Amino acid sequence: MSSSTPTSADSVRDQQPTRPGQLRVFLGYAAGVGKTFRMLEEAQHLKRLGKDVVVGYFEPHGRKDTIAKTAGLEMVPTKTINYRGVDFREMNTEAIIGRRPAICVVDELAHTNVPGSERCKRWEDVQVLLDAGIDVISNMNIQHLESLNDHIFNITGVRVRETVPDWFVKSAAEVVMVDATTGALLNRLKRGDIYAPEKAEQAMQNFFKESTLAALRELALRQTAHELEFREIAEMPEPPEGLSTLSSQKEIRDRILIYVTADPSTAMLIRRGRRMADYLGADCFAVTVSSPRGGRLSVTQDVEGIQKHLNFARNLHIESRTLEGSDPAETIVDFARRNLVTQILVGRPKKQNLLSRLLFTDLVFRIVRKAKDIRVIIVADRRHRPQTASA
Amino acid sequence: MTRSPHRPTPDQLLAEVEREEVRQRRGRLKVFLGYASGVGKSFQMLDEGRRRRERGEDVVVCALQPEYPPEVQAILEKLEIIPMLKIGSEKIINVPAVIERHPQVALIDGLAYDNPPGSPNCHRWQDVEQLLDAGISVVTTVNLQYLEKLQDEVERITGKRASCTIPRGFLDRSSDEIVVVDAPAIDSLSREASAADSATRLAQEHKLSRLRELALLVAASVIDRQLETYLRSHGMDWSWGVQERILVCVTPRSSAAQMLESGRRNADRFQGEFYVVYVNQPALSQEDRAILEQNLDYARRLGAQVEVLMGLDAAEAILKFAREKGITQIFIGHSMRQGAWRRLWSNLIERIIRSAEGIDVVVYPHQR
Repeated sequence: MSSSTPTSADSVRDQQPTRPGQLRVFLGYAAGVGKTFRMLEEAQHLKRLGKDVVVGYFEPHGRKDTIAKTAGLEMVPTKTINYRGVDFREMNTEAIIGRRPAICVVDELAHTNVPGSERCKRWEDVQVLLDAGIDVISNMNIQHLESLNDHIFNITGVRVRETVPDWFVKSAAEVVMVDATTGALLNRLKRGDIYAPEKAEQAMQNFFKESTLAALRELALRQTAHELEFREIAEMPEPPEGLSTLSSQKEIRDRILIYVTADPSTAMLIRRGRRMADYLGADCFAVTVSSPRGGRLSVTQDVEGIQKHLNFARNLHIESRTLEGSDPAETIVDFARRNLVTQILVGRPKKQNLLSRLLFTDLVFRIVRKAKDIRVIIVADRRHRPQTASA
Repeated sequence: MTRSPHRPTPDQLLAEVEREEVRQRRGRLKVFLGYASGVGKSFQMLDEGRRRRERGEDVVVCALQPEYPPEVQAILEKLEIIPMLKIGSEKIINVPAVIERHPQVALIDGLAYDNPPGSPNCHRWQDVEQLLDAGISVVTTVNLQYLEKLQDEVERITGKRASCTIPRGFLDRSSDEIVVVDAPAIDSLSREASAADSATRLAQEHKLSRLRELALLVAASVIDRQLETYLRSHGMDWSWGVQERILVCVTPRSSAAQMLESGRRNADRFQGEFYVVYVNQPALSQEDRAILEQNLDYARRLGAQVEVLMGLDAAEAILKFAREKGITQIFIGHSMRQGAWRRLWSNLIERIIRSAEGIDVVVYPHQR
C-alpha cells in the first residue's frame, strides 16, 4: 500500500496519518443562554462557506428559535438504546465516522450516555470523532467543569453529576463564551422559553436565582479568559537555554503535591489542586502514604477510599503515587524535597472530637513544621453552603 | 476595576436605593461589548431587537453602521428605522425625532462615535444620555478600545490609543447591563490551511487574544461588583469566592519579598485581586520598622492594596479583614526568629489555619 501512487484525493486522505480534529466549545452558564443557538448559527455559517457540516446530536428542548436554526443542516440519525424498558436517543458515533464530515455539531458535551452505550460519556464519543479527524463544535455549561464541582455546590447547593474533565476542555482549540445577562435569562425562564412551567418553578429554586446566576456567569467569563491565557502560554516558544529573559520567565516551574487520604474531603482537595496547577502552569502529583504494616483502623475502607481518590486523580490527569512509610508527615515531606515539589496541598484539620483533632491536626501541623522550605497550602473546605440561603 | 475598600454604610445603602429610584424613571442602557470589529456585536444586538419586537415591545433602530453582511440585512428588514440626519458626509442620530416618536427601546449600533462639528452634541454617547433621560431604553454596541477606563490596558496590548472614547463615568453611571460578544480571535474552522503563518499574523492574533481576554475580565469584574452589591443588600456574607482575592500578611522578619512576588503572581494567574496587610505591633525596633517600610513599599510597587491593621490579636485582625474582603487565599510566612517569639508566631499560624474557614492558607517557607 505504502508504495502505490495515490490516484484520488480520497486515497491521499486514507494514507496520510489523520490530523486530529479540532474542538470548539461554546461555554455558557445556564440552560437558555443560547449555546445551542450559537452553535447552530456557526454551523449555518460554515455551511454557507461551503464546509461539509453535519449535526451529530441535537437536543431541541422544544425551543422554536433554536429548532428553526437547524433548517437545511444534515442530521446524522441518532440511535435508540433500550434501558429497562425505556427507549433513549443517543448520538450514533459510528454512523458519523462512516459519513466522514469535515465538521460535526454535538449538543450537550457533558451528557452521560445511557447504560449499554459504547462509551459512558458524550465527551468520550467526541474524543472518538476528533481522533477520526473530524472537527467538532460542542457546548457545555460552566457547572459541568470537573474542577469547579465543589465551588458550584457551594454556590448553587446542587451537586452536579455530569462533569467533563478539565484536561478535555483544555484540549479544545477554542473555548468561546456565550453570554447573556441574568435578567434576560430570568425573563426567558418566566416566559417559559427554557423549561415547561413545573420545571421552571423548580429551576428557580436552585440555579435560577439572580445571585446564583450572576456567580455562575462570572465564573464562566473568568474560565473563558483563563482558557485563552492558557492557550497563549502554551503557544509561547520556550526561551533558549541559558538566556535570561524577563523575570516572569525565569520562574522555576511549580510542582504541586496533593496529599491523598481516605477522607471524603480529598476529592475536593484534588479538584482544587488540579485547578491551581492549571492556573499556575504547574506539574501535579497525588500522593498517598501507606503504613508498611498495613493500616490501623478500618483498613478495608481506608484502602478503598484511597484507591477511589487515586483513580479520581488519574482521571483528571494527575500522576499518582503510593509511598510507604510509618510516619506520613515525614514521608510526604521527604518525597516532596526529593522531587523538588514547591507546594504541598493538604486538607483542613478536622474539628470533630478531641481525639481525632489531636490525631489529624497533628499530621497537618507536623507537615507545616517539617516543610519549612516548601509552601504548604491548607485548602479550604469549599463544600460548605453559605450560611444564609435566602435570596 | 477597583472595589470600594469597606463594607457599605447605611448611608451608602440609602444612596444606592435613591440611585435605584432615579434609574427607574430613566431608560435602561444595555451594552454589547466586543473586543474587535467583526465579532458579531451588531448581529446580536439587532437580533435581540427583533426578538423584543416580536414579543410586542416598541423597538426602533436609531443608528446604523455604513455596511452590513446579508444576515444582518435580513434582520433589519424586520425592524422600524428612524433615518439618521446627514451633516456633510457624516450622519448623526436624529434625537428630536426619536424623542418625538418615543419608542420603548432604541437600538444604536456603535456607541463610540464623535458627531461632526455643527451637531447639537459632540459625542454620540451624549445623544444616548438624552434618550435615556427621556425615559427611552437604549441597546447599543461598543468595542473595548473605546472605553476610556481601559485606554491604558488597550494601549499596552495594541500600542494604539483610540481617539473617540466613552468617558469613564458614563458607563459606570448609566449601563444597567453589559453582555460580552465573544468569538474566537482566529477562526480555525473556517479558514483554509494557510501556507505559512507569518510572524505579523501571529502577532496580530496574539493581540486579539489579549483584547479578548480583557473584554471577558472587564465583564467579569462588572458582574462581580453587581453580585457583591446584590448579596450585601440581601444581607448575605460575601463568601462565594468566585473571584480569587489574595492576601499576603507581612511582618518585619518574614521572607516578605519572595512572598509578595508569589502573591502577585497568584493574583495575576488567577485574574484576582491582591491585598497586603501588616498587623501593627507596638514595640518595633528602629531596624524592624525600616525593613517593614521597605516591604510595604515593595508591596505597593507590586500593585497591592496595602493596609495596616490594628489589634492586639493578630490572628483575629487578619481573619476579620479576610472575611470583609472576601479573601480566598491567605499567605503567611514562617517566622525566621528563634525562641519564644517563634513559638508565638507558630501558634498564630496554627490559629489562622484552624479558623480560616472557606479560605486557603498558604504557609510560606523561609527565604533561602
